[in-house]
Amino acid sequence: MSLSRREFLQVLAAAAATGMALDAPAQSAAAAADARFYDLPRFGDLRLLHFTDCHAQLLPSHFREPDVNLGVGEGINRPPNLVGEHLLREFGIRPGTRDAHAFTHLDFSRAARRYGKIGGFAHLATLVKKLRADGPPCLLLDGGDSWQGSATSLWTEGRDMIGASRLLGVEAMTAHWEFTYGAERVKQAVAKELQGGELPGGIEFLAQNVKTTDFNDPVFKPYVLRELGGVPVAIIGQAFPYTPISNPRHLMPEWSFGIDEDRLQQLVDEVRSGRGGKAGAQVVVLLSHNGMSVDLKLASRVTGIDAILGGHTHDGVPAPTLVANARGRTLVTNAGSNGKFLAALDLEVRGGRVSDFRYRLLPVFANLIPADEEMRTLIETVRAPFKDRLGEKLAVTEGLLYRRGNFNGTFDQVILDAMMEQKNAEIAFSPGFRWGTTLLPGDAISFEDLMDQTAITYPFTTLTVMNGATIKNILEDVCDNFVNPDPYYRQGGDMVRVGGLTYRCDPRARMGARILDMRLGGKPLQAGKDYKVAGWAPVAEGASGEPIWDLVGRHLRAKKIIKPPRLNRPALQGVAGNRGMV
Amino acid sequence: MNSVRREVLKAGGGVTVMALAVSAGLLRPEEALAQAAWNKAAFETRSFADTVKALGGAAAVENPGVRFASPTPEIAENGALVPVTVTSSIPKTESIAILVEKNPNTLAANFVVPNGTEPFISTRVKMGQTSDIYALVKADGRYYYAKKEIKVTIGGCGG
Repeated sequence: MSLSRREFLQVLAAAAATGMALDAPAQSAAAAADARFYDLPRFGDLRLLHFTDCHAQLLPSHFREPDVNLGVGEGINRPPNLVGEHLLREFGIRPGTRDAHAFTHLDFSRAARRYGKIGGFAHLATLVKKLRADGPPCLLLDGGDSWQGSATSLWTEGRDMIGASRLLGVEAMTAHWEFTYGAERVKQAVAKELQGGELPGGIEFLAQNVKTTDFNDPVFKPYVLRELGGVPVAIIGQAFPYTPISNPRHLMPEWSFGIDEDRLQQLVDEVRSGRGGKAGAQVVVLLSHNGMSVDLKLASRVTGIDAILGGHTHDGVPAPTLVANARGRTLVTNAGSNGKFLAALDLEVRGGRVSDFRYRLLPVFANLIPADEEMRTLIETVRAPFKDRLGEKLAVTEGLLYRRGNFNGTFDQVILDAMMEQKNAEIAFSPGFRWGTTLLPGDAISFEDLMDQTAITYPFTTLTVMNGATIKNILEDVCDNFVNPDPYYRQGGDMVRVGGLTYRCDPRARMGARILDMRLGGKPLQAGKDYKVAGWAPVAEGASGEPIWDLVGRHLRAKKIIKPPRLNRPALQGVAGNRGMV
Repeated sequence: MNSVRREVLKAGGGVTVMALAVSAGLLRPEEALAQAAWNKAAFETRSFADTVKALGGAAAVENPGVRFASPTPEIAENGALVPVTVTSSIPKTESIAILVEKNPNTLAANFVVPNGTEPFISTRVKMGQTSDIYALVKADGRYYYAKKEIKVTIGGCGG
């Protein structure tokens, strides 16, 4: 038994809270509330269902939301840069409730035991069917990052997820990590696997902002027009604008990305006005993988979009932000990650325009929604060939292991510790990814769990000699990716996780002056001195090295018990009053 | 059409393509060859102000009529080939120059816009590091500009 005494008491308390301590009427009231959890009042003329960034999580899991998600510039103290109690207050969510658990990190281990795992495509499928049946005519949209994030998606090059998405009834998607399987694989999937087969319909792969590097020609379909309950609806796709910068460019060498407001505005105007005798769209939606802060800026500059259904930054935002622009206003949403949420946007259309809306971001509680049998069978089938490898128990964790947060997470710390030890390095870097599931104290760490943190197509570990000046430049460069005051200059990931080296960070300072007081073993880092730095996920072409899962797997097998890691996070300055931290 | 155009250009080397383009009437020979008076001094300047001066202008003013258009990026995918497109809606636009402030030499290109031509230029510049770039327009003898930061980053660590 590897539970600490405190954790054990927490488990007991959670058990008490769910049963013994409650009187019978309160208990049945809670049960009745649970039964109505997914009943949405009927509203409007059409419904858009949206999920995003599921990162190939076919099975229910835990995912701890961040306790540090700082807003900078205009984003300070506004959604999505609110965490914990600040988020609950902003959206009027009562502490201790199911929603409080889904949307925040608060009291995570206890609440996770109480409310159970979230997501999973079998449960999601049942919820999609219910919301399709209950509401007005409906479209199901996937914001991308669906084909990456698990062992089975990596080993099947996304085929498991394409099969599940087809069965789920996804009608259109956009993309980011999908591109890391390489341009050829994406083209093959779009041309064949997303279309046809035994199931009716197909998945439209939409990306208005992907062009060829030579002539700027469009690579994918930019939008699709569908009629829902007599209303022409346009869905425009926006892939992650910085894919060839955040991820290896050599995997898609002939494609150029970018935000491309100009083309987007042209397309919005084009779909609104109609073409070739076809009526113009009365509802225009951007299915976006920009990240929420980019979407908020874009909504203020590009006109004619009714709603931006957003992803990438993994922000579970309970209500849309309304953004005014020169010709109206645009709803901006972000629907979280890792299969936790299904968003339902109901739109009322009067006189050819959207006149009103209702939005709900529904956490998919696996114990409130029965699994869809057909989807459950499909998932079992795709997992069957890999079962033994996935199920290998590497170690047991005594502490809570999570990733999400601007500066570090405990699972990243385990990866950093493993790299420094296995590579005999003084310093380690691990990318600031926002995907990766959460394990509770006492959980076994399976190989599948490790792959949930590491399953990428460029998993190589490296050992590099760098001088102090280079290390400082890298940290400054990465930091600017999420604290640049202008959202268009942000890439949407988090700060690189750093092992061994301590530092202070001032997110409000200008680039070059944000990373301060860097120390190794208490001694200041020297600009001209060389240090051994371990890392993984190199974006350069031709990189090689032991895959990170082999290195960390070896480390975990040897340790057997993983004590709660000592989290190396920088001291922050200039952030007093920032509600993006607790 | 587009894929045909790409294949043609891939198939032909630079010289052949140039010849084809000339023979197809896409470029007039004098345009392909002619070198307008080379302003050596301007291309050796090291700051925005010096470049404006070397081009024969006085104080330039920022003007929304000068605009960086798509696909000019915020963050370069490749610093060696940064696409830059500039448009000007200022009447009597005579020339459009591109300046990269932190490059060893600031002036990257200067395009003469003949009377009656749409003031739209699109090219690629090389950038060694994150820098402000300027689009400098000469119109009716006066100078106007737009400014934009383009980040050149080490990449990775996103998402």
